[in-house]
Amino acid sequence: MTGLIERIAAGSILCGDGAWGSQLMARGFVPGDSLETAALTQPGLLAEIAESYLEAGADLVTTNTFGASPLALERHGLADQTEAINHAAVEAIRPVVAGRGLISASVGPSGRLLLPYGETEPGVVFDSFKRQIRALIRTGIDAIFIETMIDLEEARLAVAAAREVSDTVPVIATMTFNRTPRGFFTAMGNDVERACIVLEAAGADLVGSNCGNGIEAMVEVARELAAHSRVPLVIQANAGLPEQRGGELHYPESPAFMAARVGALVDLGVAIIGGCCGTGPEHVRAIRAAIEDHRKPAR
Amino acid sequence: MVRRWLGRIDVELLETIAAALQDGDHVKVAALVRRALDDGIPVGEVLDRGLLAGMDVIGTRFGAHEIFLPDVLLAARAMKAGMDLVKPLLVTGQTPSRGTVVLGTVQGDVHDIGKNLVATMLAGAGFEIIDLGTDIAPAAFVEAAVANEAAVVGLSALLTTTMAGMRDVVDLVRERGLADRVRTIVGGAPVTQAFADEIGADAYAWDAGSAVEVVKQLVGIPP
Repeated sequence: MTGLIERIAAGSILCGDGAWGSQLMARGFVPGDSLETAALTQPGLLAEIAESYLEAGADLVTTNTFGASPLALERHGLADQTEAINHAAVEAIRPVVAGRGLISASVGPSGRLLLPYGETEPGVVFDSFKRQIRALIRTGIDAIFIETMIDLEEARLAVAAAREVSDTVPVIATMTFNRTPRGFFTAMGNDVERACIVLEAAGADLVGSNCGNGIEAMVEVARELAAHSRVPLVIQANAGLPEQRGGELHYPESPAFMAARVGALVDLGVAIIGGCCGTGPEHVRAIRAAIEDHRKPAR
Repeated sequence: MVRRWLGRIDVELLETIAAALQDGDHVKVAALVRRALDDGIPVGEVLDRGLLAGMDVIGTRFGAHEIFLPDVLLAARAMKAGMDLVKPLLVTGQTPSRGTVVLGTVQGDVHDIGKNLVATMLAGAGFEIIDLGTDIAPAAFVEAAVANEAAVVGLSALLTTTMAGMRDVVDLVRERGLADRVRTIVGGAPVTQAFADEIGADAYAWDAGSAVEVVKQLVGIPP
């Protein structure tokens, strides 16, 4: 299968997948366990979720490794399992994805605050990302997907770590922006323009935004990204913020609601469109169809 | 410059402490607090007009999105540098605490950055904080509230998969017949006012700055 960068350069608009945590929970995974241990204990579940997203039309399938950096695993006493977990998470979905899509290896935040705001040395965070990313690349993935970052410096360290491990691996870096009266900022106060400049300089091949508060805000974020970025864009939106209804969590944005805004993202030149928290295969199916519908007819 | 004095209190020195705290300069705050105490300014004044006054401004500006997390974290560090000097001099009861707040991240959730920030801001506003940490069982919240005579229990969650556990704590407070004495407040990235209403929490705060205002309301302190 042609690589990510080549497909995007050829003008493809790719469909990402949806959430993984909620899909695992729906299959009986207990909150509190590190979700990443599923790779070791129930790899079949990961294959099942990957299959559901591929069947719905996803071009990229995310690995269940969001919290599989040693610093993140340390909170569950699992740092020594870093290599095993990342390896197993990729192997669990590889047979399903092979020939049908690309494996996008998730790398989430360390959960630490860098000096001087917190107590963690930048080098510790860099080494943590590097160890996870090395394990992922050695196992064999199609892209490193650094996501849900709120601290631009931490995101930069993750991109730099990926670049130190490999000059050639495609690196996607997305941050989570909140709407404020003064525009969109991460919780640490980084704006969209600065994020583009820093992440691109660090070596990201694609930049963008994930999580957040629904698809409509994401269209606005994408507009800012499009104004400032010189590389292709990625948007993976939440299905809004969850509401509790009769004891069950419910995400307000339906597949149709999200799909109706996909055209705006395509018009802004977004190259990968997918879902985040609260989205499932039906959202992916609707997003996929909207991408196809919105493609401009060939002239 | 004419120095302004209030009784035997150097108001300008206290304002300088507040300003240094807002700048996040923990070294300067410690030095100024030491000087103020050496000058004989009552410790309560150093706390109220210096440290707490500075932290109030930080909270307001954070709530208005004029500043972001890094500024708050640096101010909090400066606050702590000042409190380390002030605290040993505070006789119990001399500076009345605004009340005790039990805080923790709910069961199954190990994220603590937001919860720690709320703890810092509330402590900065004069509340006594019992921070239980992360992955806290419902019963532990309730027991800590009873043991510490807390007026407020604050629940944090980052994950959509763990936020449902907030309901268990709210229910348990009610089951134990504590609902009139212990108020519950919830917050965290996925948490909304609608969610708080649905689970019957007494209050919701959307960030650490607003948490201070909401907790003040819960315990009946005028804004």
